[in-house]
Amino acid sequence: MIRGLYLNYYFQKMRLVLTIFFCFFGLLISQAQIAKKNRAFPSVDIKTVDGRNFNTSEIQNDGKPIIVSFWATWCKPCVKELNTIADEYADWQDETGVKLVAISIDDARNMQKVAPFINGKGWEYEVYVDPNGDMKRLMNVLSVPHTFLLDADRQVVYSHNSYSPGDEQELYEKILEQTTK
Amino acid sequence: MMSFFYRVIFCIILLGPVTLFGQTDDSQTKGKWGEIHGSVQFDAQYYNPDSAIGAPPVPEEFLMNGYADLIYTKGKFTAGLRYEGYYNVLQGFDTRYDGQGIPYRFATFDADFLNITVGGFYEQFGSGMILRAYEERGLGFDTFIEGARVKSHILGGIYLKALVGKQRFFFEHGEGLVRAFDAEISLNETFKALAEKKTRLTLGGSFVSKYQKDADSDLELPENVGAWAARFNLLYGGFNLSGEYVSRGQDPQASNELILDNGDIRPNYNMGDALLLTGSYSQKGLGIVVSAKRTDNMNFRSDRTATLFDLNINFLPALTNQHTYLLAASLYPYATQPNGEWAIQADVSYKVPRKSKLGGKYGMALSANYSRIHGLNQMIDENGTGYRTEFFELGQLYFQDINFEVNKKLNQNHKLTLKYINLFFDIEVVQGLTGSKPVKANIIIAEMTHKLASKHAIRWELQGLFTKQHFKDWAAVVVEYTWSPHFFLAFIGQYNYSNPNPTQRIFYPTVQVGYIKDATRVTLQYGRQRAGIFCVGGVCRNVPASNGVALSISTSF
Repeated sequence: MIRGLYLNYYFQKMRLVLTIFFCFFGLLISQAQIAKKNRAFPSVDIKTVDGRNFNTSEIQNDGKPIIVSFWATWCKPCVKELNTIADEYADWQDETGVKLVAISIDDARNMQKVAPFINGKGWEYEVYVDPNGDMKRLMNVLSVPHTFLLDADRQVVYSHNSYSPGDEQELYEKILEQTTK
Repeated sequence: MMSFFYRVIFCIILLGPVTLFGQTDDSQTKGKWGEIHGSVQFDAQYYNPDSAIGAPPVPEEFLMNGYADLIYTKGKFTAGLRYEGYYNVLQGFDTRYDGQGIPYRFATFDADFLNITVGGFYEQFGSGMILRAYEERGLGFDTFIEGARVKSHILGGIYLKALVGKQRFFFEHGEGLVRAFDAEISLNETFKALAEKKTRLTLGGSFVSKYQKDADSDLELPENVGAWAARFNLLYGGFNLSGEYVSRGQDPQASNELILDNGDIRPNYNMGDALLLTGSYSQKGLGIVVSAKRTDNMNFRSDRTATLFDLNINFLPALTNQHTYLLAASLYPYATQPNGEWAIQADVSYKVPRKSKLGGKYGMALSANYSRIHGLNQMIDENGTGYRTEFFELGQLYFQDINFEVNKKLNQNHKLTLKYINLFFDIEVVQGLTGSKPVKANIIIAEMTHKLASKHAIRWELQGLFTKQHFKDWAAVVVEYTWSPHFFLAFIGQYNYSNPNPTQRIFYPTVQVGYIKDATRVTLQYGRQRAGIFCVGGVCRNVPASNGVALSISTSF
């Protein structure tokens, strides 16, 4: 009897799961835009490095491109990428007006270290913290570093996962494509 | 009948926006139908038997974890789900991840002042010491709450959150019901008179309660367990002081039992509490952080029979440096002891300016970190229902880490990092290896990046860990060649050359090759591997121990 009840519960659960899955499949084929290149930049509450609430819709750059880089204080390649760009950031800004927004995925363990960390590095970036991972999930970021480039309409036009020396050149070429359009 | 109703409602919620907003003719409008984004990740491994390194036998030989996330957004509406499949689950993950399903699904409506979610959601109150529902896929942790959540900021600077639900437990739910409320006020945003003040103050408070039926016929166990927390964040120029205090009611559970001198095991009726204080100062080129934490009996789970990593409602951050270099990260990393500890940490980073005597042409980055963790002296009461502690009394030393790091760009093409770490690690307490002596270790690391051409680079690491205890000395080498932006090739070797047992003086070689295109990443790896956080080819993730061929594919769109 108990086993029967359990199985019944299980099948109900499976049916529910399948229904939801097909609902979504329906969505997919019902012309919802599967954005291959362009996607809108999400709006969600994250934190400033000093702990205030901040909505990502306020990330703006007067119609000029924006680099959004997901990173963490413990992630060496992330720090390497941001350090490398920091050396050229002033030139990039002069030439293209680009702005870099670094979103840290540090959790409670390291969150308080973010502000002193960026100052210690001498970075000039706009930095936010996403301790609950809300922004990370909406942007489908699986691992850091993950870097996005937004165009004048704040649509994602390019993204790159991981960092190797030289990757910043490809990023810069993509920024130039935006500014010379 | 009920489930049919449920299904229809869910379909309406999901498809509603499409039918509602889908009536206009302007099909060229970007995003008119909303947008679908997502990610897919597969981690598969073929296992070779390797008894020498103690790799457990894998009868299936081949194992795989798969994940697919989909998020649909249309204006203020968002819905999403995650499919997970384990055929069977990879070594190192909990085997209760069995089979497949769609454990995570949600729908959110965001009307400027109100944000409503039904289904699964992740959440954190304050520092997370009272409530944190989060996913750490590399470790196989996922504690999202399924139920309903409302977030609101009706007045400027006032943020409210309320939620109710049950926690994810593999492909089911934990037994206990979680109810929680959080309020935060940023005084400078709320009161106009304070808007321009240099001093900024934010105050917050939370209440979390869980309900679980008392099924024990002998013991009187609290069915409703409440916890509250209060926090503040004070800013003045470059100074920042923040703190949180959490208190939890009586909650005897499997993970905080008392062991009496005569070996009897008794339920623990003590209350629990935790305090975290952090002060920091920073200006361009300099950052200083000092923090202290005291936790006592702060296991807080939605099922009192749960142990280990199961059904934690809260999160107790470890106040130690999170190392990522192979030997430092994966041999003796500290894990928070929830039953009680005193921890302090200090962290200083300084950038020696460019063109200075010490900094040279490119400047130099220096950092130092100190952390020390003690247990609490817990004196068990005569009647055996709880224990007493003195607030400022330090118990046994569990862990200490003193480390220094220097980063220097030598010239246009060479970057050098040197690091020294001195560790004290009570392996008996932290890893449960009864009878083992605490490990005292020195670790030395050198890392060099050599840029060969504009898109070609070689990076190498040399590491040594020196100790007279446990497995004694280790050496490690990493050589990585990267061809930006698509390829990398890496060799990692670790050698436990002075293990007290000569048959365990093992060399662990691994070769990795990877291809990256935009947000897609494919990695193939062959070799022997130890557990830990591994950073290769520009990404850090947690990897369990094994021997074999591993393939990872991940993409997001």
